[in-house]
Amino acid sequence: MTYKAKFRVWRGEGGEGRLEDFTVEVNEGEVVLDIIHRLQATQAPDLAVRWNCKAGKCGSCSVEINGKPRLGCMTRMSTFAEDEVITVTPMRTFPVIKDLVTDVSFNYEKALQIPSFTPPKDVKPGEYRMKQIDVERSQEFRKCIECFMCNNVCHVIRDHDENKPKFAGPRFLMRIAELDMHPYDVADRKDLAQEEHGLGYCNITKCCTEVCPEHIKITDNALIPMKERVVDRKYDPLVWLGSKIFKRSSSKTG
Amino acid sequence: MSQTTTDSPVRRQRAQLKVRTLRTDRWWLAPALTFVALASFIVYGFWAIFDSSYFVEPYVAPFSSPCLATSCPEGARFLGFAPFGDWFTLPPGILILGLPAGFRLTCYYYRKSYYRSFWLSPPACAVSEPHKKYSGETRFPLIIQNIHRYFFYGAIVIGAVLSYDAVIAFRNHEGEWGHMGLGTLILVVNAVLIVLYTLSCHSCRHITAGRLNHFSRHPLRYKAWTWVSKLNAKHQQLAWVSMFSVMIADLYVRLVAKGVITDLQFF
Ligand code: SF4
Ligand code: SF4
Ligand code: FES
Ligand code: FES
Repeated sequence: MTYKAKFRVWRGEGGEGRLEDFTVEVNEGEVVLDIIHRLQATQAPDLAVRWNCKAGKCGSCSVEINGKPRLGCMTRMSTFAEDEVITVTPMRTFPVIKDLVTDVSFNYEKALQIPSFTPPKDVKPGEYRMKQIDVERSQEFRKCIECFMCNNVCHVIRDHDENKPKFAGPRFLMRIAELDMHPYDVADRKDLAQEEHGLGYCNITKCCTEVCPEHIKITDNALIPMKERVVDRKYDPLVWLGSKIFKRSSSKTG
Repeated sequence: MSQTTTDSPVRRQRAQLKVRTLRTDRWWLAPALTFVALASFIVYGFWAIFDSSYFVEPYVAPFSSPCLATSCPEGARFLGFAPFGDWFTLPPGILILGLPAGFRLTCYYYRKSYYRSFWLSPPACAVSEPHKKYSGETRFPLIIQNIHRYFFYGAIVIGAVLSYDAVIAFRNHEGEWGHMGLGTLILVVNAVLIVLYTLSCHSCRHITAGRLNHFSRHPLRYKAWTWVSKLNAKHQQLAWVSMFSVMIADLYVRLVAKGVITDLQFF
């Protein structure tokens, strides 16, 4: 079934721009990205949009649709009423290059700051032996497609640009949790999470979890467990006492 | 339009959208309902603490249990035990109120709900918050949230006391076993929900095995962790139903104690 939909799309280079109105054809089975492509093909040849796989797996097409962070290629037109005006804007937290394309380098810089997997010195590559149940938790986090919608929606930096240097965002706090839970990782990541990457800024309001297209339980399975691990290290006198008495390190026990 | 490069100031700017949100759904509904529900719980709790009809054989109102003062009637005392003497003249509920209140106040789920509904930080996802500055839980006072696990230890005790109260609610007025009234049923359901809520706590999940990196070396703890994790996924729902159940159970006992309603006897 074909109908004409009303679209409002953010146009402009850099941060300056405006919402432009379009009326555009929609066919059965299409997604928002299809409509953006139709606009490019018919009415706005210079409209910029980033995309790649059109299968919800590359994480390129993150935009905001009616104010909510969504993948353009995974948002079906059938979820909107035919007379609804559909507003498409770039991700708010990152600087705009042009139209719907944002500069997401903030995320790559944060990724670089996290020390990579650090195995014990005496274990050589190829000697790792891990049970499935020991790596299961981390595997959930590996489903991430790096769409950065979680970092985009997080109010810590979305509403407070000044927090960017102090806060890695849910995507990379989850990366720290993934490594901290890894049975073969020996790096100390608890102080790092709290002091360098701003885990304490997260107030567990779960917007990252709400928008994640891979349905990763970022808050419940990565951020809160990591907060609890930080409590072990920094705020729990009993764990501290136990580590003194039993001479075990509270960082990588068990 | 002139070409911009990565160095142009305009290139460092986010989209200059002048509106707080472009969401078109009723995003304000969830925080508004949460606000009303939490506020009524607080108001009810305040009233209940100062209300003196907390006991009617064999039921003790959960908000005033364990009853630890000498002013508590004989049957209401936890294991007949009253460590606080005559000098304590305030309502006995005040003695223990701090534990369940602190537990819920520092609970990861309640934090989410009141940060959103009371503090609007953020009111809903992708809706900007009204505050100029934000430091989250990095400093005083919110850094105190990190003591949540200690309230969890306390909450286990409270869960045990409420279960005990539910068990003794199977006795009749003469203290003989084999009674059951609507009050008994309500106290049992409430005790189960409170215990499930307590066990589904994130700190509990961490303590059982979440803090370990080698599950395979601790099969029993791992088993407990998988079980707690299943409950934990329902933590939000358990937080709400146990909040309502404790309110209903408490109100029921007080109404019976006041003689407003009579307890329905099953046997
Ligand atoms: S749960 Fe924490 S990290 Fe996730 S969006 Fe909320 S504040 Fe940000
Ligand atoms: S965690 Fe989810 S929302 Fe965040 S970048 Fe990965 S896939 Fe996207
Ligand atoms: S185009 Fe790859 S996720 Fe949408
Ligand atoms: S009770 Fe909710 S997280 Fe502990």
